Amino acid sequence: MKQFQYVKASSNAGVITAISKPGTKIIAGGTNLVDLMKRGVTAPDRLVDITHLPLKSINITGKGLHIGALALNSVVAENALVVEKHPLLAMALKAGASPQLRNMATVGGNMMQRTRCTYFYDTAMPCNKRAPGTGCGAIGGINRMHAIFGTSSKCIAVHPSDMCVALAALDATVIIAGPKGQRTLQFTEFHRLPGEHPELDNHLATGEMILSVEIPDNNFAKNSYYLKVRDRQSYAFALVSVAAALDIQNGVIRGARLAMGGVAHKPWRLFEVEKSLIGKKPTEENFAQAAQLAMQGAKAYEYNAFKLKLAPATIAEALKHASGLV
Amino acid sequence: MENEKFGMDARQQTDLKDPSRRSFIKQSSLLTAVALTPATALKAAEDHLDEQIAGVLEKLPLRMEVNGEMHNLSVEPRATLLDILREEMDLTGTKKGCDHGQCGACTVHVDGQRVNSCLTLGIMVNGKKVTTIEGLAKGDVLHPMQEAFLKHDGFQCGYCTPGQIMSAVACINEGHANSEGEIREYMSGNICRCGAYPNIVNAIMDVKNGGMEA
Ligand SMILES: Cc1cc2nc3c(=O)[nH]c(=O)nc-3n(C[C@H](O)[C@H](O)[C@H](O)COP(=O)(O)OP(=O)(O)OC[C@H]3O[C@@H](n4cnc5c(N)ncnc54)[C@H](O)[C@@H]3O)c2cc1C
Ligand code: SF4
Ligand code: FES
Ligand code: FES
Repeated sequence: MKQFQYVKASSNAGVITAISKPGTKIIAGGTNLVDLMKRGVTAPDRLVDITHLPLKSINITGKGLHIGALALNSVVAENALVVEKHPLLAMALKAGASPQLRNMATVGGNMMQRTRCTYFYDTAMPCNKRAPGTGCGAIGGINRMHAIFGTSSKCIAVHPSDMCVALAALDATVIIAGPKGQRTLQFTEFHRLPGEHPELDNHLATGEMILSVEIPDNNFAKNSYYLKVRDRQSYAFALVSVAAALDIQNGVIRGARLAMGGVAHKPWRLFEVEKSLIGKKPTEENFAQAAQLAMQGAKAYEYNAFKLKLAPATIAEALKHASGLV
Repeated sequence: MENEKFGMDARQQTDLKDPSRRSFIKQSSLLTAVALTPATALKAAEDHLDEQIAGVLEKLPLRMEVNGEMHNLSVEPRATLLDILREEMDLTGTKKGCDHGQCGACTVHVDGQRVNSCLTLGIMVNGKKVTTIEGLAKGDVLHPMQEAFLKHDGFQCGYCTPGQIMSAVACINEGHANSEGEIREYMSGNICRCGAYPNIVNAIMDVKNGGMEA
């Protein structure tokens, strides 16, 4: 690992000043950054440790449930307010990584984690995300883990987070601070599709940091489910995952939220499918139809065609769990 | 943590005389450079060598409690807790399996919580308490979890065992050992190539049912 300078920021302003300089990166839990630095995928000159800043709180505000960027994944997953109001988020967090890693990983770091594409990790391989202009090793390579939605000719990587899939489904917003002050973004607008610039994972600008996320109140707590399909039962990234949340009243679906992980460069929210479920009864047939609708525009590569079947099956199954059919 | 803010002493005396120094100090007072031999730092501050400090700072002071004993070390910022424990402190009970967070062999407790020491920068543990496998036994009296691993044959080659035991103790302390299924899920961060899993689960159930003393 390249030698670097280590500093601690004593305020958000200190962080912003520091990261406005090229070569400087925030370190939170370190579970992604230290890994990437060991492999030479990234080599910052300076790290700003933010872990002692007061950004860990989880509390109710006028806008819903507020979760600080430094709240640990393990703490959020077990927080009483989260479990009561947004069990979907708790389920998604518990499906991610391992207990040890969740004790280190933060909400902000989880959002900012980079793809697990093996070509991105291997510095001997071409990768437009790691080294723009070198080509994409995965297109035409071993692309079993890769995307089926929203790909470009430059990159077909997926965003690996579970937590983010739940936050996208739950209409969360992201609160960001930067040199020009604070701003908010819809969670679904935070991450990008690869397009011509796969080196950019999201819309955070230079000098900006994540302060928190906020989840508005909803009626989904009773009928939500996070279903993650992976190569082994635990401690593995998703092949496909689905966050499903339903508002069912008198046997009729009044509201629905659906998002997928493991299929795109960002958490893949299924707005059209959600609309199609409104007014319908929670039945297997309706869920199977919704799952088919979700696959419009899907495109497979050599080794990930199985996702074209796995994804709709996972959606239908997640909806069945959410609605209590299984 | 009593990290020194660099330029602190120099500030009152020199602030007004030198505007470029003032802006340097203003910027750096937002960041606490944890660091360094104060002499080199002050020298760097006086020379306005913000960018070049990186080169000067090869080692930083690290003060941490390991297995009940306070240690004052001097470490490179890039040194992981795992490497510091093994290479600097001779605590080789904690194992390096993958070095990338994928196996759990390096599991230790920091302030009572289990973490992967291979992905933890040592310098970020400054002021904290670390417990490793060497810190579990009380003299010659093994920790109940160590006893249970012996009793249930919770290992074959033993390489993953220190990490398994540290994780198992945390698993019970966290309240995640209420059923076989829950134990398997909450022990999933520790891989065993020998496949001793059923016996590991039995050992944990045994300690849990026997009411573990911390
Ligand atoms: C073996 C392994 C398995 C894993 N499995 C899963 C899994 O199944 N599901 C899953 O979802 N995740 C998984 N992860 C990933 C893990 O969840 C992330 O590594 C973790 O969430 C990152 O958080 P962190 O705080 O450690 O981030 P860090 O490593 O500290 O930082 C990551 C990035 O975020 C930036 N950053 C951190 N905080 C902020 C902030 N407040 N504002 C702006 N930028 C910030 C940093 O600059 C850095 O670029 C796994 C990781 C490993 C090593
Ligand atoms: S899919 Fe994206 S991350 Fe993977 S090799 Fe291609 S450009 Fe790189
Ligand atoms: S050595 Fe740390 S997880 Fe494998
Ligand atoms: S006992 Fe050999 S790896 Fe677990």
